[in-house]
Amino acid sequence: MRIYATYNIKGGVGKTTTALNLAYLAAADGLRTVLWDLDPQGAASFMFRVKPKVKGGGKAIIRGQRSLDDAIKGTDFDNLDLIPADFTYRNMDLLLDKGPEDRQNRKLGKLLAPLAQEYDAVFLDCPPSISLVSENVLHAADVIVVPLIPTTLSVRTLDQLTEFVAGFRGRRPDVLAFFSMVDRRKKLHREIVEELSAKRDGVARTAIPAAAVIENMSVERAPVTAFAPGSMPAKAYKALWAEVRDIGLSWPRGYQHGV
Amino acid sequence: MTPGLAGFVMSGEASVWSDLLDGVLAALREAFDIAPERDSARAGTRRRTWYDTFDWRLYRAGMLLEYATEHRAGELILTGPDCGDGSSFSMRGNAHGQAVQPVAGWRAARSYLAADLPDGPVTARIADLVSPRALLPEVTVASATTVTRLLNPDGKTVARLLVERPAVGDEALPPRLAIAEVRGYPGQARRAAEIVALAPGIVTLAAPGNPGETLLTDALAVLGRAAGDYSNKVSAKITASMPAASATATIMLTLLDTLEANVDGVLHDTDSEFLHDLRVAVRRTRAAIKLLGDALQIPDEQVTRFAGEFKWLGDLTTPVRDLDVHLLEFDAMAAGLRAAKEDDLTPFRAFLSDRRAREFRVLTRGLRSQRFSQLMRDWRATLGTVLAGKKRRAGAAAGKTAGDLATERTRQALRKVSRRGGAITPDSPHESLHDLRKRCKELRYALEFFVPLHDKAAYAAVLGDLKRLQDCLGEFQDNEVQIEEIRMLAAAMLAAGAAPAATLLAMGEVTAGLAVRQQAARDAFEKRYAGFAGPEGQRHMTALLGGGAK
Repeated sequence: MRIYATYNIKGGVGKTTTALNLAYLAAADGLRTVLWDLDPQGAASFMFRVKPKVKGGGKAIIRGQRSLDDAIKGTDFDNLDLIPADFTYRNMDLLLDKGPEDRQNRKLGKLLAPLAQEYDAVFLDCPPSISLVSENVLHAADVIVVPLIPTTLSVRTLDQLTEFVAGFRGRRPDVLAFFSMVDRRKKLHREIVEELSAKRDGVARTAIPAAAVIENMSVERAPVTAFAPGSMPAKAYKALWAEVRDIGLSWPRGYQHGV
Repeated sequence: MTPGLAGFVMSGEASVWSDLLDGVLAALREAFDIAPERDSARAGTRRRTWYDTFDWRLYRAGMLLEYATEHRAGELILTGPDCGDGSSFSMRGNAHGQAVQPVAGWRAARSYLAADLPDGPVTARIADLVSPRALLPEVTVASATTVTRLLNPDGKTVARLLVERPAVGDEALPPRLAIAEVRGYPGQARRAAEIVALAPGIVTLAAPGNPGETLLTDALAVLGRAAGDYSNKVSAKITASMPAASATATIMLTLLDTLEANVDGVLHDTDSEFLHDLRVAVRRTRAAIKLLGDALQIPDEQVTRFAGEFKWLGDLTTPVRDLDVHLLEFDAMAAGLRAAKEDDLTPFRAFLSDRRAREFRVLTRGLRSQRFSQLMRDWRATLGTVLAGKKRRAGAAAGKTAGDLATERTRQALRKVSRRGGAITPDSPHESLHDLRKRCKELRYALEFFVPLHDKAAYAAVLGDLKRLQDCLGEFQDNEVQIEEIRMLAAAMLAAGAAPAATLLAMGEVTAGLAVRQQAARDAFEKRYAGFAGPEGQRHMTALLGGGAK
C-alpha cells in the first residue's frame, strides 16, 4: 500500500482537485484506492456526493473506538472508496495532542496501517495549515504531492516544506511539487513554470492548466478525468499521475509486473 | 453479487421477461432515482464455459469450475468450499470461496488433463481431485450484463441492479438479477433486494448455494443434460416386488448404458478412466450374466452366446488397460527407485507408450467393428424383449420376485467366497487367492446390483468388510501380474534392441519392490479374511441377508 498526500500550507491551490483526480486515475489503473477527506470543509466528500459525516466523529476514529474501516463509503466509481470528512475534524489537532510527544505525529499513520490488507493506494486530502494534523500526514505519506500556484512566494513555501521533511528522523517521504492553475496567457506564469521545472529537483514536468472544465467538477460532482477524460486538464492529470505513481520506487511498478 | 445478498432469476417464458424487468424497475423507482451505469467493469458481455470430469468429480465435491472471458482476457474461476479466501468481493455473485487464475491461450472447446493445466491457485486446488481424469467442457453460456445505478436524493449511487441475460447458443435462459451493495450503504442494498424479491415473476435464488449452479443447471437442460448425470455406480431402478426377470434386465440395461456412455471417450482417448469404466461395466455384465442370466428366461444358447461375446470384449480391452496402469503408476514407480536412477527407466516409458499406441489401434478397431455394434444392438434388443415380456406376464403368481432373487444369488455368491476363503492356508498356492478374488468380485457385484433393495447401514457394513478383503487380494494379484508383465516387456524390449542394461536393472528393481508389496499383502490376508468371515463380519452379513431383502 502506498500513501499519497496532497498538501500545501495555502488554501485554494488545487489540493482537493488533485487528490480527487489522482485517486480516480489510481482506481482506473486497477489499484484498490481509498481517499480520506481530512478537510472539515468536506469538499472531496461533496464531490463524491457522500455526506460529510463519520459516526462518532473524528474523536471515535483517533481514539480507536471505531476503526477507519467502518467509516469507508463506496464512491460511484469502481475501486474507489472514500473516508468522508466530518466537521469534528476541525478539532483533530486537540485529539492528536494526547499521549507521549514523540508519538503524537504518528497517530494517523498507525490508523492507516490496517488498510494495507484492502487497499493498494491511499490518498490523504489535507486541510491547508501547519498543524499536528499536517505533521501526521507528512509522516504517514510515502509521497507528498504539492500543488503550487506560479508565484515567487509559493516557491518559498516549497522550500520550507522540503526543509521540514528533510529534518524527519527515519523514513522520509518523497516530495513532488507541480504547478497548478497555470494560465499560459500570463507571462509571469510561463516564466516561473519554465524556470523552476528545469532548475529545481522535485518539481514535476507536468503542469495543470487553469480551465473552466475543472471548475465544472463541482457541478458534475465527479473528477474531470472521469466526466471529461479527453479534456486538456484531464490529460494533464494523467501525465501527472504517471510521474507521481511510481516515484521513490526503485523501479517503475509496471516493470515489476512485467508489463 | 455482494456477499450476503441473494440473487434472483426471472420465471416464465422469454416473451414476458422484458415486462418483468419493467416491473422491477418501476418498483425500484418508487424508492430510488435510477440512472444507467456510466462505465463499469461489471457491464458488458461475458462467455463462460463450465468444466468437469466425465464423472463430475468437481461438482460432487461441491465445486464449479468455469473458464470465463471478458474484455478479451481469460481466467479460470473455481467456486466452492476451500477455494480462495472466501472474502474477496465478487460481482459474479457468491459468498463462496473463489479462486481465480488468469490463463492465456486457453481453448474452450478442448479437454484438459491436470498435467496440461498451467500452474496457479485453481490448478493447485483441483489437480489431485480430478487426476487422472480430463476436464471436459460441459456447456458454454454467453451473457450480456447491464448495470443500473440506484441513487439516493443526493444523486449518490447507493446500490446497483445487475441484469444478466444468459444464452446457450440461440437459446435464451431466464435472466439473472442481482443487487450489488455499495460499501457503506448496506441498508439501501437490503431495501433494494427486498423490492426486487417482491416484484412479480421474480424468484429469489436460494442462498447459500453455489450461485453459478442454477445457471449451469439451466444451461445443461438446454442440452438435455443435468449436472452429475454420469456415475460409474450401478444405479438400477428396481424394487423388491418386481419380477426377477425384469429386475435382471433393468440391471443389465443400466450396465449397458454405462458401457456405451464410455465408448466415445475411449475412442478419442480423452483420459484413461473411460476405458477403466467401460471395462468395469463389461466385467459387471459378465458377472450379471453368470449370476443372474437364467432369470432372464431366454434360451440358454443365447445366454452362452452373450457371455462369450462379452468375454471377447473384455479381452479386447485388457492390453491397453494393463499398459495404462504401468503408465499411470510410472512416476511413483520411478520415484521409488533406490539403486537405479529415475532416468534409467526412460526407455521403458518410451517402450510402454509405443506399445500402448499399437494396442490402442487394435482396441479402437474392435470398438468400431461390426461385431461390437452388433453385440450392443442385440443385447439391448434382447433385454428390451425381456422387459416387454414382463408386462404381459404381470400378475402371474409364478416366478420369483427381485427380492427373492437378490437374497438367493447373494447367498450363493457368499457361499462360494466362504468355501474358498476358508480353505486357504499359509501354504496355499497363489492361484487359490486369485480364485478367491474372482469370487469376491462376484459377491461384490451381486451386492451392488441389488443396492436399492438393501438396508443402507447393513449394506455399508458388509461392503466395508468386503472391500478391505478385496483390496488385499487385489494388491496381492496386481503386483504379481505387474511383475510378470514387466518380465515380458523386458524380454520384448531386449528382442527389439531397445533395452539398455541400466534400464533392465531398474526394471528389475521395480519388480523387486512389487514382490515386497505382494508379500506384504499375502501376510495381511489372514487378518483381512478374518475381518470378513469372522463373527463380526458374519453378524454384518446376517443383518443384511438374514431377514431377506426388503
